[in-house]
Amino acid sequence: MSLTDSIPNNVDLGSDKKLLRALEKWQPDFINWWMEMGPDGFQKDEIYLRTAISVDPKGWANYEYVKMPDYRWGIFLTPREGERDIGFGDHAGDKAWNEVPGELRSILRRIIVTQADTEPASVEQQRQLGKTAPSMYDLRNLFQVNVEEGRHLWAMVHLLHQYFGRDGREEAEALLQRRSGHPDTPRILQTFNEKTDDWLSFFMFTMFTDRDGKYQLAALSESGFDPLARATQFMLTEESFHLFTGETGVERIVQRAAELTKLDPNGDARAQGGIDLATIQKWINFWFSSAVELFGGEISSNAADYFATGLKGRFREREKYTEHKALEGVYSMVVPGEQGRLATRDVPLRNAMNEILRDEYVADCERACRKWNHVIKKSGLDVELYIPSRRFNRSMGMYAGQSFAPNGEPISKEHFESMRTKWLPTPEDREYVRSLMTAVHERGKIANWIAPPKQGVDGKPFDWEYVRFAQ
Amino acid sequence: MTISFDTHPSRYKHWKLSFDGEIATLAMQVDPNGGLKEGYELKLNSYDLGVDIELADAIQRVRFEHPEVKCVVVTSGTDRVFCSGANIYMLGSSTHAWKVNFCKFTNETRLYLEDASKHSGIKFLCAVNGACAGGGYELALACDEILLVDDGSSAVSLPEVPLLAVLPGTGGLTRVVDKRKVRRDLADVFCTTSEGVRGKRAVEWGLVDAIAPRSRFADAVKERAASLAKKAGDARKGAGIELDALAPEIDGGTYRYRFVTLAIDATTRVATLTMKAPTGSTPEGGDAIQAAGASQWSLRAFRELDDALLRLRIDHLDVGMLVLRTEGDAAKVVATDRALHAAKDHWLANEILRLQARVLRRLDLTSRSIFALIEKSSAFGGSLLELALASDRIYMLADDDEEVAIAVSPANAGALPMSHGLSRLEARFQREPERVQKVLATEGAITTEDANALGLVTVAPDEIDWDDDVRIAIEERASLSPDALTGMEASLRFAGPETMETKIFARLSAWQNWIFQRPNAVGPQGALTKYGQPDRAVFAWTRC
Repeated sequence: MSLTDSIPNNVDLGSDKKLLRALEKWQPDFINWWMEMGPDGFQKDEIYLRTAISVDPKGWANYEYVKMPDYRWGIFLTPREGERDIGFGDHAGDKAWNEVPGELRSILRRIIVTQADTEPASVEQQRQLGKTAPSMYDLRNLFQVNVEEGRHLWAMVHLLHQYFGRDGREEAEALLQRRSGHPDTPRILQTFNEKTDDWLSFFMFTMFTDRDGKYQLAALSESGFDPLARATQFMLTEESFHLFTGETGVERIVQRAAELTKLDPNGDARAQGGIDLATIQKWINFWFSSAVELFGGEISSNAADYFATGLKGRFREREKYTEHKALEGVYSMVVPGEQGRLATRDVPLRNAMNEILRDEYVADCERACRKWNHVIKKSGLDVELYIPSRRFNRSMGMYAGQSFAPNGEPISKEHFESMRTKWLPTPEDREYVRSLMTAVHERGKIANWIAPPKQGVDGKPFDWEYVRFAQ
Repeated sequence: MTISFDTHPSRYKHWKLSFDGEIATLAMQVDPNGGLKEGYELKLNSYDLGVDIELADAIQRVRFEHPEVKCVVVTSGTDRVFCSGANIYMLGSSTHAWKVNFCKFTNETRLYLEDASKHSGIKFLCAVNGACAGGGYELALACDEILLVDDGSSAVSLPEVPLLAVLPGTGGLTRVVDKRKVRRDLADVFCTTSEGVRGKRAVEWGLVDAIAPRSRFADAVKERAASLAKKAGDARKGAGIELDALAPEIDGGTYRYRFVTLAIDATTRVATLTMKAPTGSTPEGGDAIQAAGASQWSLRAFRELDDALLRLRIDHLDVGMLVLRTEGDAAKVVATDRALHAAKDHWLANEILRLQARVLRRLDLTSRSIFALIEKSSAFGGSLLELALASDRIYMLADDDEEVAIAVSPANAGALPMSHGLSRLEARFQREPERVQKVLATEGAITTEDANALGLVTVAPDEIDWDDDVRIAIEERASLSPDALTGMEASLRFAGPETMETKIFARLSAWQNWIFQRPNAVGPQGALTKYGQPDRAVFAWTRC
């Protein structure tokens, strides 16, 4: 099968010699990477997967049984009617770029490579999870997330191949050479080197870490470099399923935790073989605090540069804002002050762009948390989960090196250390959660520590055969 | 603000110096809140003058206090960052003069490191264990070998041109092509690529010597350090000596050391530096020199001179005139020099000579008008005569009773070379090279008349004229444009060939300091001004 047949696309791949040449070399390496680092033990099975085969509403959600190595990773840009202007920054109102402006080459390449590197990283992190899936439905969802992360890698590699010449080809190769958690060739961002070896962590990852991805992609979808804007816009349509997986996954565990707590005479969900709410809270604390790091420094010259150059905007820049230069005005930021107190500082708006994006993210996480609390409340328990303060447990940015309680209050290092086991997962907690991780692969069955979903995939019931195991 | 150059490893804020037999490790771990001045944070192992003062101290201590060391591993104690160079916010908020002095000091520090490799049997391995940009890579370039971690992201870079519209200020451009001999077109690509070059390509281009993956990095460092230590030779050295603090008494504008006094007159903008000749017994032979340690004149006096020059440079920018005087017995200086040079195969004697040479080069490179005054009580013999030879002019009192005299010692015969490798006598007598030998062949005291005949004196007023002539000359000099004088003096002082070292300083003072003044760097829209600001630089496109 020729490349053009096996790669659904709307970038005129068949007649683009440059792109074809680059992809012909890269694609076999990608498949090798997928076989080596993709889901372990399920490459021969047929999975009920959604494949994007075109960009129209009907075309991008095509369900069929497919073996993952045969998945058709496509290249799609959200279609664009006519010319587009740059929406913000110093070049606001100018025509959007369809080629890379020379002076922005390195900054743009860094943005794309950093984003691209996260895509294969999460596949690597989740490589072993299939073996402990709590249901066939969840198993299928895991693989759906994995193949789409693979496609997002393709989307970014397409940009590197198409617009960055030899440099771009080298970077695309390097994306397949780095390995999550590997001491010699780690992934670029630290969160993507963490272990994700239990399903509670997987749902937390897709809830919190992938949600950072949503905001980064949304900010890039405003880009004045139009191919990047269009590629990321299309990625967002897929990303929403990943976030759905995370948010509802956590919700289903919360629901089951509440049920088991009610069921147990001592209100101990663990005694009933479940994950208790206190443990869930620790996982939230860990993953949220790790994901907020991804937005970068609170006061950042890079962020100011990205905005100024029109490469990375605010969340929904065009709809939410009327003023797109952001040269006037300040952002009032809570900063660590004297003697462990907090102070406020006015930061030039552009330098606060990371924080402005982080605000959107935090609000979104809090919304999800309210939903979880609603589920707990409905079960009749009087417990509430919370999203910790963004200052809690940070190792980067201006709060790093200081101690804060989950509510954001400055506390002493000793106080933090004395509460560490209450606030963050302990090795024993991790061991306990891992002990619950046994595969439930039978159709219609589900592990004890998680509630079934409200509905299945593609209008199918929960007990549908989402995976056809190879005999 | 007074800045002290006196520090000690026990008080370092930014470096960790540790020893393991022949190998020392110097790990950079900059305290972000430990900047010398307010208003910037030293993030990502970026540095200011305070960080470099500690580095210079560390190199000096290794040389004197740890003669057993044959290889110093320069690395970082910060995860994933080796060093990101001079702090840009510090530069952006500094006056031009501060920037220039800062760069000059960092250059002298790196050259002292190279000097240790060349003359003290201490090799330097730069273990680049993370991002290495700008001044970070320039520090690496000063080392004998560069080992870069191959982790797919750590790169070496000189991003100054594309990022800040200035030049690398610590010899980066020169060392890339002159020392590492990177091909000029590749160097062109490298110096305009803000993200730098990493991995195999960095080796292929010659930007680093080797790469090693993270898991093998520590072993590779050990191996390379051991092999460099072998290269350093196996000269038997004795026990180290302890360098005590100089701790001058500071009284208004006067700094009093044991042998040096620096007196600043802010009104006339004249600094008078007086160096005393040694008194008491001269340490003869290696053992005596070793026993005399840090208190012997040859070492102590020159350390004091060094410190005084640094304070003058940093704290007294408006004082443009440096008058050099000496006091005591010139014959005593000559005797002390002779004993030191006779023992030059002894490690400590060698180390002291290298230090004297370095301090005198610091004097050559000091942007002040330097006049030496040779009077009745003067002691311009040998190593102190070098002070006069480093001066722009020498005023020597013509006296009838021939009490005023100078003398030569082995110190004048090339042991204390200038940056371009010539002795100060050789640089002086470019037109009449035979005079060098003539001067060196003199025995004992050289009177004013003889000194004048030999070409060692600029002006020789008699006692009646002396005060007025000297005063007027100094006042006249102090009235000229400091910028023009800086350029003129630097041009005239270094007659003769160029070396990598002189190129570095010449380009620093010519190109870098010019660019540092240009609107494209420091104007209201300049790149340095706009760095970290919400809006971006706007360039004027005229090429000069």
